[in-house]
Amino acid sequence: MKNEKQLRTFKVFAIKEGTVIDHIPAGQALKIIQILKLYSHDHIVTTGLNFPSKTLGKKDIVKVENRELTQDEANKLAILAPTATINIIRNFELAKKFLVEIPKQLSKVIFCPNPKCITNHENMHTLFYTKKEKVGLKLQCHYCEKIFSQNDIKEYCV
Amino acid sequence: MATNLKGRDIISIKELSKEEILAILKNAYDLKKSPKPKLLDGYVMGSCFFEPSTRTRLSFETAMQRLGGRVVGFADPSVTSSKKGETLYDGMKIIGQYVDAIAMRHPLDGSARRAAEATDKPILNGGDGANQHPTQTLLDLFTIKECQKKLEGLDIAMVGDLKYGRTTHSLAQALTHFGARLYFVAPDSLQMPSYICDELAEKKIKFSLHSKIEEVINKVDILYMTRIQGERFADPMEYEKIKNVFVLNAKMLEKSRANMKVLHPLPRVGEIETNVDTTKHAYYFEQAENGLYARQALLAMVLGKIK
Repeated sequence: MKNEKQLRTFKVFAIKEGTVIDHIPAGQALKIIQILKLYSHDHIVTTGLNFPSKTLGKKDIVKVENRELTQDEANKLAILAPTATINIIRNFELAKKFLVEIPKQLSKVIFCPNPKCITNHENMHTLFYTKKEKVGLKLQCHYCEKIFSQNDIKEYCV
Repeated sequence: MATNLKGRDIISIKELSKEEILAILKNAYDLKKSPKPKLLDGYVMGSCFFEPSTRTRLSFETAMQRLGGRVVGFADPSVTSSKKGETLYDGMKIIGQYVDAIAMRHPLDGSARRAAEATDKPILNGGDGANQHPTQTLLDLFTIKECQKKLEGLDIAMVGDLKYGRTTHSLAQALTHFGARLYFVAPDSLQMPSYICDELAEKKIKFSLHSKIEEVINKVDILYMTRIQGERFADPMEYEKIKNVFVLNAKMLEKSRANMKVLHPLPRVGEIETNVDTTKHAYYFEQAENGLYARQALLAMVLGKIK
């Protein structure tokens, strides 16, 4: 009879090659799949929601087989999942581990929440400048110059 | 330090350095004193006004013509291809091929910056939605300097709708270069937004919030009035209650500083009573006239005819 800990390994099985995105705030995994366009990935993508986490309380996990995420790709998750850790797996071993970094600029990642911003009226890319605050992040739209907090962001470019 | 604005877009006041602002004001002063009717001979300005404007459009167009340049354009977007669904980007790219510089106003925030991506010709932003209106700020600074003989270390009050009024936001940001002491007088619901206050605090600019003109009127060199729009209030009763609190009349000016001047970006509706017009403090009509010289200076500078 396997104990509970061993059973856990069957719930989220190890991958041979690819990326494990861990420590995603609970509820954000599906959005991450959209942002990284993992729905059109040719190989297996496993998603787990609401795992217990010491630091986050609850967390989501996404495992992507046969694709190694780059730092730039990971940084696209800065708004949704600033706590995420990226684990690159090669031959079942952890080859590299890195954190999401908040980039100075976010291009083509989020839509501007200001309905009167030109970016919501023309077929064009968005661009935001980020500024770390004591708690969270401020985002300034390059076009309308309005400043937003992370919570104001409702839509992501997918 | 020499400044060179040749080919530059003037989109946001924050992109102009103190030296550049001072150079624009100096050129505006020179052009007011000694007109140069041939300076822009042979140049054409596109005047692209996608929403109504009286002062801004006419002063841009007059500025160009009084410097010897020509103007093409429109004051009503329904006569353009934007009505057929053409994007702003395409429209401005094409207009940019015809003219040497473009003065524009558009109802959407960020439209001027988008237009600047479409063309290499300098874009002069005459108002992009609720965002920026840098030429208004430049003419405000020019007027303050003209009537106070200096820009540094002045006591300046801004009154009215400070939440939505883009002119007061840009002016407050520009005044951070000149060490002003700022007083913000507004109903609680229309006070200066926190991101502007944070910016001022970061730059160590002293400011305070007030709810009555009387609290500050005798302490300032400039009283910058703005209009409170009824439609900003969800509850019309609330508007009725406060609208008369932010009205200036001649009697209130009796104990103000001798050098104190009242400014207003205009149009005024009821917030400055007409009995103020004949006092020595009224300076808003001169301010409106100065728009001409500030815009002349900008046009001549972005077209590389003066530095």
